[in-house]
Amino acid sequence: MSASYPIPGNKIRLTESFDAGFLEEPSFKAGSLDADGQIEQSISTPQQNAYSTNDQKAPAILSIKNFNVQAAGSTILKNINLEIPKGKITVLLGPSGCGKTTLLKCLNRLSDLHPSLKVNGKILIDGEDIFHPTQDLTKIRQKMGLLSQRPFPLPMSIYKNIAYGLKIKGIRDKKVIKEKVEKHLKDVGLWEEVKDRLHGPAARLSIGQQQRLCLARGLAVGPEIILADEPTSALDPISSRKIEEEFLRLKEDYTLIVVTHILRQARRLADHIVFMYFGEVIEQGTPDEIFNHPKSDILKQYLQSGH
Amino acid sequence: MAALQSLRLPAKLTDRLSTGWLNFAVLFLILLPLVIGVGLVIKSLPLLEQASTWKMLSSAEFSPQQGHFGFYAFIMGSALVTLLSFVLSAPVCLLAAIYLTEYSPAWLTQTMYFVIDVLAGIPSVVYGVWGVLVVVPLLAGYVAPALGLSTTGYCLLSGGVVLAIMAVPYMLNMLMEVFRSVPVELKEASLSLGATYWETIKWVVLRKGITGIIAALSLGISKALGETIAVLMVVGNVAKVPKSVFDAAYPLPALIANNYGDMMSVPLYDSALMFAALLLFVIILVFNSITNVLLSRVKEV
Ligand SMILES: Nc1ncnc2c1ncn2[C@@H]1O[C@H](COP(=O)(O)OP(=O)(O)OP(=O)(O)O)[C@@H](O)[C@H]1O
Ligand SMILES: [Mg+2]
Repeated sequence: MSASYPIPGNKIRLTESFDAGFLEEPSFKAGSLDADGQIEQSISTPQQNAYSTNDQKAPAILSIKNFNVQAAGSTILKNINLEIPKGKITVLLGPSGCGKTTLLKCLNRLSDLHPSLKVNGKILIDGEDIFHPTQDLTKIRQKMGLLSQRPFPLPMSIYKNIAYGLKIKGIRDKKVIKEKVEKHLKDVGLWEEVKDRLHGPAARLSIGQQQRLCLARGLAVGPEIILADEPTSALDPISSRKIEEEFLRLKEDYTLIVVTHILRQARRLADHIVFMYFGEVIEQGTPDEIFNHPKSDILKQYLQSGH
Repeated sequence: MAALQSLRLPAKLTDRLSTGWLNFAVLFLILLPLVIGVGLVIKSLPLLEQASTWKMLSSAEFSPQQGHFGFYAFIMGSALVTLLSFVLSAPVCLLAAIYLTEYSPAWLTQTMYFVIDVLAGIPSVVYGVWGVLVVVPLLAGYVAPALGLSTTGYCLLSGGVVLAIMAVPYMLNMLMEVFRSVPVELKEASLSLGATYWETIKWVVLRKGITGIIAALSLGISKALGETIAVLMVVGNVAKVPKSVFDAAYPLPALIANNYGDMMSVPLYDSALMFAALLLFVIILVFNSITNVLLSRVKEV
């Protein structure tokens, strides 16, 4: 590895998986096509692909292919190629402003709300392109629960915040709704704190409580994938741990993508880590590979300053 | 520089001075309506001493020469023309504001802001002239005949239409601000739960903006209640309770504007006009109190 690793604008693709047909499992090629359409030689060090040794068998639930996002002349995401393994926790790491939130929002096609964002490339969930014009957006979005970076409780009571998604799904049975509200509030460790004021306004909760409420709200819809953008940024260590434990439990039934700035948390949670920098995926692999054997200098620097 | 420095008042003193000014300004603003109200009461006293207040409010007979001062027709005239303008403008403004902030392309929204500014800047007398030239003949010549009715065109409906159009820029502008101020992340939260865009607007955006919406609509109503000249030009000014929207009406502001300064030789007339102003004042006061109660009811979410 040379010391002067050119960033940004380097042409080295660390994700080797580039494929033309998208229905089969990702194929690995020695070189990859970059945005200009040129074949690049992969860098000399042996590369890890999305499924490194220990999670070799996990199939991808989400495939992101040649994904680009531009806004007003600047590139926010640049040629992202990622495979998100099913039933695992994928952690996105990277300095502030590198495009993590943008990527999560695009997975939910919330980019639709920002006409200034120009999106191209493919994101496949279970083989379906979520950017396909005839895609049923509500279904796609229900498959993924997004936990935004700052909690935004809906302008209604705590109870209704959770009941909302259920009603949208067409669940009308009051008893079922009541049970689910209780279950999911318990799951995120909020029940004891709010059980006496379920019908009070959700906006009065503390930020940390709102964060957990938003998680409960997302879980209630029964997604397959949970997208969590710094889910513990406003939580005390104990609540953070509770959420982490909940995530590890959720892994049984869900796939999780978690953004965090806390390296220890990444280490505790991750099965797979993706490191981003200035809108590009620089390196990815198992926690062991990322933390103990980082290859690129940027990642090394990032890890050093993070400790 | 040094001289300037030494000229600076100590922070504590400027602080005290500015709080003093603020208190004074606030006090002035609070006292202003009170002073107006008291002034109107004093000026209406001669009439109030002569006739029973209840009779004046409930009687529709208004013949000052005979000493009959019944205000019922004027109160109804004001209420009906305001109600009509509200019914005509509020739904349109609400839907237009939703469309312009949530759906329309940016250039259209920008154009509308420009149009709104122009509309808001047009003096009300111009709206009145426009009503006389367009709305009145349209109602008299086409709309009423099509319904098998006849009207001079100077009627309640003309007043309602003109007022509705005048209220649009104010209501629309405020409503658009309300919808724009709903954070996009809130919409994202609702959408990511699987709601459609329309469901999101219905249950999240409208709910979040409800206080602003009530405030905007009540501003529209207040404006319609107080608007004088444009209504006066098209509403017919006949002191009778209108039986249909094609009958003439006579709202309170029009009564005051039409007669103040002219008929002062008639005994008690000026006092009667002051009483009309007092009525208008009380109506606006009551209306705003109702709005406030409504706002405090829906406030916290
Ligand atoms: N709608 C938009 N229009 C223009 N630029 C945008 C838009 N949304 C995001 N950006 C830009 O994209 C870049 C990435 O932002 P993003 O929020 O994804 O960063 P992040 O990795 O989540 O950072 P953080 O760790 O601070 O949350 C930023 O430079 C931001 O200014
Ligand atoms: Mg972010």
